[in-house]
Amino acid sequence: MTQTITPPTYVIESESQYDKGYDPNVARRLFAYAKPYGGRLILAIVFMLGASAAAVAGPYFVKVAIDGGLTAGDYNVLRYTILAYLGTAVAQWIFTYYRVNIMSWVGQAVIYDLRTDLFNHLQELSLGFYSRYSVGRVITRVINDVEVLRDFLTWAVLAITRDIFTLILIVIVMLSMDFRLALITFSVLPFMALATIIFRRYSRPAYRQVRSAISWVNSVLAENVNGVRVVQAFSRQKHNYENFANYVNRYHLERSIYAARLASFFSPVVDVLGAIAAMLVIWLGGSAVLGNQITAGVLVAFVLYINRFFDPIRDLSRRFDALQSTMAGGERILSLLDTEVEVRDAKNARDLPTVSGGVRFESVSFHYEDDAALVLDHIDLDVKAGETVALVGETGAGKTTIVKLLGRFHDPTSGGVRVDGFDLRTVTQRSLRRQMGMVLQDPFLFNGSVKENILFGRLKAGDDDVIAAAKAVGAHDFIMGLKNGYDTSVEEGGVLLSVGQRQLISFARALLADPRILILDEATSSVDTQTEVIIQRALATLLKGRTSFVIAHRLSTITNADRIVVIDGGKIIEQGTHEELLAKQGMYYELYKTGFQE
Amino acid sequence: MRPYMRQISADLFLLLAVTGLGLIVPLILQNVIDDGLLRGDIGYIVRAALLLLGLGLVTAVLNLAQQYLSAWTAARIGYDIRNSLYNRIQYLPFTYHDHAQSGQLISRCIEDVRSIQSFTGDSVIQLVQLLFMAVGVIAVLVSLNPTLAIISLLPLVPMVMMTTDFGNRITKLFYNVDFTLGTLSSRLQENVTGIQVVRAFAREPYEIDRFDEINRRYFDSRIKVLSEWSKVMPTTTLLITIGTILILLFGGQMVLQGRMTVGEVVAFNAYMLMLSAPVQQIAWLVNGMGEAEAGAQRVLEILEHEPEIQSPADAVNLPVLRGRVEFDHVSLRYADEKSVALKDIDLVVEPNQLVALIGQTGSGKTSLINLIPRFYDVTDGAVCVDGVDVRSVDLVSLRRQIGIVLQTSLLFSDSIKANIAYGRPDASEEEIVAAAKAAQAHEFIEGFTGGYETMVGERGITLSGGQRQRVAIARALLMDPRILILDDSTSSVDTQTEKLIQEALDRLMEGRTTFVIAHRLSTVRRADLILVMENGQIVQRGKHDELLAQGGLYKEIHDLQLSQNKAFEDVIEEVEVEDMKISSDHSLS
Repeated sequence: MTQTITPPTYVIESESQYDKGYDPNVARRLFAYAKPYGGRLILAIVFMLGASAAAVAGPYFVKVAIDGGLTAGDYNVLRYTILAYLGTAVAQWIFTYYRVNIMSWVGQAVIYDLRTDLFNHLQELSLGFYSRYSVGRVITRVINDVEVLRDFLTWAVLAITRDIFTLILIVIVMLSMDFRLALITFSVLPFMALATIIFRRYSRPAYRQVRSAISWVNSVLAENVNGVRVVQAFSRQKHNYENFANYVNRYHLERSIYAARLASFFSPVVDVLGAIAAMLVIWLGGSAVLGNQITAGVLVAFVLYINRFFDPIRDLSRRFDALQSTMAGGERILSLLDTEVEVRDAKNARDLPTVSGGVRFESVSFHYEDDAALVLDHIDLDVKAGETVALVGETGAGKTTIVKLLGRFHDPTSGGVRVDGFDLRTVTQRSLRRQMGMVLQDPFLFNGSVKENILFGRLKAGDDDVIAAAKAVGAHDFIMGLKNGYDTSVEEGGVLLSVGQRQLISFARALLADPRILILDEATSSVDTQTEVIIQRALATLLKGRTSFVIAHRLSTITNADRIVVIDGGKIIEQGTHEELLAKQGMYYELYKTGFQE
Repeated sequence: MRPYMRQISADLFLLLAVTGLGLIVPLILQNVIDDGLLRGDIGYIVRAALLLLGLGLVTAVLNLAQQYLSAWTAARIGYDIRNSLYNRIQYLPFTYHDHAQSGQLISRCIEDVRSIQSFTGDSVIQLVQLLFMAVGVIAVLVSLNPTLAIISLLPLVPMVMMTTDFGNRITKLFYNVDFTLGTLSSRLQENVTGIQVVRAFAREPYEIDRFDEINRRYFDSRIKVLSEWSKVMPTTTLLITIGTILILLFGGQMVLQGRMTVGEVVAFNAYMLMLSAPVQQIAWLVNGMGEAEAGAQRVLEILEHEPEIQSPADAVNLPVLRGRVEFDHVSLRYADEKSVALKDIDLVVEPNQLVALIGQTGSGKTSLINLIPRFYDVTDGAVCVDGVDVRSVDLVSLRRQIGIVLQTSLLFSDSIKANIAYGRPDASEEEIVAAAKAAQAHEFIEGFTGGYETMVGERGITLSGGQRQRVAIARALLMDPRILILDDSTSSVDTQTEKLIQEALDRLMEGRTTFVIAHRLSTVRRADLILVMENGQIVQRGKHDELLAQGGLYKEIHDLQLSQNKAFEDVIEEVEVEDMKISSDHSLS
């Protein structure tokens, strides 16, 4: 343990950018989430006032019972005081019950709303966002950071408001009972403030390190869970364990212990100050009793109040850390919510009517915001409804960008894309994508049954439609061979199916959606020959009767296309049918020749 | 917890001392009133005040030590649990991970361990403190005035009953909370991973509904916990207040009857109030205990899951293999599956042979090769390497000699160097570079500004599919395995890269027993043994020429592939047709 552990820079960086402590702006925006529940909160505050008043009244009743009842020997006073005491105790129960109920309900509702907002926002963010933001980070934001906030809302907010109320009421009671003794008690507070300031200076970096340590643990863990098959294949368990135990997890341990050490120095400060205050009150108060300036009852009540006075202070100083780490989390959550949605529906956007599927690219140029290099350079393309277009070109030529613009995942920098004459920017994205199908290279399946995965294309489809779609793409046979047929669970990421099977299911899904325009990024991973034949037939079925843009890798797909468009450097170099282009002996011919050499 | 018994007992001792000191305070108070105030002795009061201060200081020091000790113990216990979980997850076999949701696993290591840790830190100690306090206070109360003590402590009976019942119910509720949070996390993870598909089909509303369903369930599960808590928490306060009231009522009577002094009642009440703060905490503590217990249950579910596949106790270390692989009437059926994945596979592969597996998707090729490194155990029969059953040998000594390159090449967030050295962390720089060179990866690695130290993965640069595959090949090469398992398909790469990868793969296969899930005719043609698989069985085996002559499924597949290539051969004759590939683009992302 002598050797200091330095975590990788990204661990440190990821936390230091949020080193802002308490930010009123963040608090204000988070507080806005409580607004819809303002009525309930006010009610809760009223209840809390009632409960706190009842709690503070307790020692007063004891004082009355002792001074008025016992010392004076008046049984009636004793009896009535006790009855009143009992009454306030029951009131306190009722108030506290409703307050806790209302506040925890509101707290959970806020968390629910916040997660819903986050998720909805994630559904709108551009795909570019997802290439920058890893899955792990998204999950940390939506799950862990929101959980920290939830913890804070459920426990700390309750405790802090309760502490503050109690404190205020106790101060009032102490002042009204005996002004001088109260001031004597408060005289230790400046020292308290000083100690808090000093403590914070050291504790803030310490707590931040603990947080970055846990996120490091989180990411290492996540990666190993996801890659566990490779871990086992390479027998890395022992080595990984040592790395985790002696480095990653150990760093978290050391940072936690360091933070604990700091915290354990702070809390006795409150103890000492409390003891000093109690000493002063007994000393000076005791003299006062002897001088007949105050009663013994007042002194007793005062000593009891000193404890009640320091308890909330101790609690508040401890909550301060929670507040800080919550603010850091809150800020990260808000920065995710603030990430701009690049493609939005125009204000007056209308729904795209059912189209026949003609697509026009009118002098379309495109470059990414952070990079001035043109990815597409004045693309002009007129595709008739029902035509199949194969896009061909080297990696990075701009094929993917063309289909991305057609799906309106980005807007062109200049020029326009039209479907049936409608500029895509004037229609709603949802109405556009509903008529557009996409089959991606990686046939992603969701954890659920085979049927559910096919239904993803059209949720309202019946079982017959699902089976028909599966039959049309040649997936029916293997599906029937699965344990539960269409109801077989494919598990996370479809791990129980082979690559070819996953592709066929994704075809069935697209077929069921029955889009007018189909975008197909052909998968290149090889499958066995028989499956290959089935896939080719499925492709033919899928492409029939709709406008299709295919980023093609299969020779058969390319040769069967109505038109082949060769892209290079963001420009259309040549286009035509397979035979025409071969005859031209241009770029397509070159690609074709080298493309199949081994 | 057990290894830290010393710390825990020291902790408890300190607590006992702090609690004991706390008990003296009301006694001093009683003396101040009865002796100091009533007798009018100012010196007595001053002494008492100073005594109080001294007590405060000692308490502070003891508190410091106690708090640090308990935080230390909690951190240690959390560290240990997380270590064991991590290790166990690594050893759980494929069968477990096939059905496990990664979101749930991770949530157990982070959130559940956190709830255990926070309980073992503060709460366990506080619970014990509460018990000490209660016993101490009750003892003092009884010694002061047994009758009054019994009367005033009556409310404790319903309190104990209530909290026990609360504790029992809350654990189940928390288990549900944790489980739902894990599900929420899994669902989110899936949505983010498949976001392209969601967009492509404009399924955002559907996904939002699905997320909302779990989010709402999580809300409900939390509310259930909180509504239990909101009943118990104020009730404990009420019961303590009733205790005070009973003291005033009956104690007051005794004072009036002259059987007690006022000071005694005050002290009695002060002791009772001393119970009040910790007893109010009891609901909170039991709450924390329930949460920790639920977390512990979930953690134990993993820790107590013995890996079905591990080295036997009397495992022998495999010597360097010659590379003979034998399947002796092997059958395999996955757990919960009705149909068998492999049926009566009987096969002998001599050292350094190249075995090509072909067959339809789902015919059992992957199942067959997964048995060699013992990722799954056979249902019947045995798999042997160099004549030794793989179930009888040390797993590490077996898997160290088997290299695997699969279609999807998973790399870890680390430097390229560390990724290549993944199977042999002790490899020298020269060996790593040599492996990269042989895998045709050296050139592009040197092209990065950081060279071999360049970080890849989540926080580093993104490698293309072809680059990833070559790093994976280098990783397998460095192992210098005796047995090699690979999938000779190349994903999404351009022609030039594909050629490079092919050369790298060919080099990798030299001089080792190799099992290839073959997609290329070139590989199949030169295989020493071709296995044609169908429905979990080997339906044909032999060399290319023999099988062609035999006819059957092999010839069908072969002709099918040839006919696909035919059109192409007609156009450009000089090109030898092996496969159908054209340059490609990276995926839509």
